[in-house]
Amino acid sequence: MTDYQEYLSFLYSALESQNKKTLVLSESTALVADIGLSSLEVMEFIEKIEDHFDISIPLNILPDVNTIGDLAKKVRELNL
Amino acid sequence: MLFDKFQTMADFQAELAARNVEPFGAVTEKILSATEGVVQGRKVILAGTNNYLGLSYDPRCIKAAQDAAARWGTGTTGSRLANGSFAEHQALETEIAQFYGVDHAIVFSTGYAATMGMCATLAGPGDVILLDADSHASIYSGVKQSGAEVIRFKHSNPDDLAKRMRRLGDRAGQALIIAEGIYSMLGDVAPLQEIAAVKREYGGYLFLDEAHSMGVLGETGRGAAQAAGVEADVDFTVGTFSKSLGAIGGFCVSRHSELEAIRFCINAYMFTASSSPSIIASTRAALRIIAAEPQLREKLWDNANRLYQGLKSLGLPVGPSASPVVAVEMVDRSLTIDCWKALMEAGVYVNLVIPPASPSTNFLLRNSVSAAHSSAQIDTIIAAYAGLITAGLITPTRAH
Repeated sequence: MTDYQEYLSFLYSALESQNKKTLVLSESTALVADIGLSSLEVMEFIEKIEDHFDISIPLNILPDVNTIGDLAKKVRELNL
Repeated sequence: MLFDKFQTMADFQAELAARNVEPFGAVTEKILSATEGVVQGRKVILAGTNNYLGLSYDPRCIKAAQDAAARWGTGTTGSRLANGSFAEHQALETEIAQFYGVDHAIVFSTGYAATMGMCATLAGPGDVILLDADSHASIYSGVKQSGAEVIRFKHSNPDDLAKRMRRLGDRAGQALIIAEGIYSMLGDVAPLQEIAAVKREYGGYLFLDEAHSMGVLGETGRGAAQAAGVEADVDFTVGTFSKSLGAIGGFCVSRHSELEAIRFCINAYMFTASSSPSIIASTRAALRIIAAEPQLREKLWDNANRLYQGLKSLGLPVGPSASPVVAVEMVDRSLTIDCWKALMEAGVYVNLVIPPASPSTNFLLRNSVSAAHSSAQIDTIIAAYAGLITAGLITPTRAH
């Protein structure tokens, strides 16, 4: 089982190319409000995560995801 | 604030007003034929109506509607569940089921209600839906209401669908897979043979929206599944009466007898008034015409090929293959608006499409072709686009 910190580390690296403002990413960084991801970019990011962990992330969970930390927790739950 | 979320749209509307252009909800003041009208005071060729076979103005359909209004009145004033099931509705359900070679059909008041209602009802909490990423808003709306787990697969990508079915394990056998025949914005046809093969390998149920492909594809006009030879793999087909059939309304057909029980679980069916008898009658007439006159489809495809090749030869960024929907993809919003306005001034009405209605961040000048267009009208549309190039609004060979 992957540790929460490992999920966070992967998400940080996966976001590198989309972090155009070169923010210092943390678990409280908001995907849309801080990084400025468009809805299309969010879906591209989700696909990267899905392929890396070989999981499918349901659309239903997205309304509850605001920050990188929120997403790391959801991915951990799905990958248990 | 309650209204804050609408500010972006309000700003966009203000920008359009300042530029004296009104691409959304442009008022048609007069209809001259299936392919010509007066829009915003200007006589234009209608190249954005989805009136694929031109049947909205067919005299047989008009006569059927007039007769039905005289016989049945102007409306049913009630839902199908209450007083709104007339013999006309029942006859159309029988005929649309026969048209598709299945035993069960439900007629809805709109295509949106058919698709949204079926998607909201078929799967529920505990079920899983896999839908194409570029699915129509009615599908997204329905699956959101369903309470089911919703997973997207990459647009028209059977490998991605297969990967996601594999990830579901034992649940794949009960999954609802949702795809469309022709996708409405770019006009691309779904790879249904490959999608059906995934379904055969992993199980599940296939739900197909033939809104833009009914009457357009297939030997007898049933749509993309018939053209691909995979009708036996499709569990539920939905479609609309508002495109090739020239009226308004929607349907679902299925070989599953359970559809009769599902009927009474669909809010979008139970809690809205049924279609007026005149609409049902014109739809029945149009359905008979589609079945009897394959030459309409031939003419439609001749026109589609003519427009597609014409725009392609101008160097415009159109899709990979000809289709009754031919979209020119644009990158710049302001330029797209200028182009739409210039096309109107040249006497051609097309659809202006902005994200998220378009499947990417691009903007679209979306054209839809009709069998009722003359070759000369198609050439006029092509010439109008050539005028955009001459005016410097579009540079050929790449998206703007």
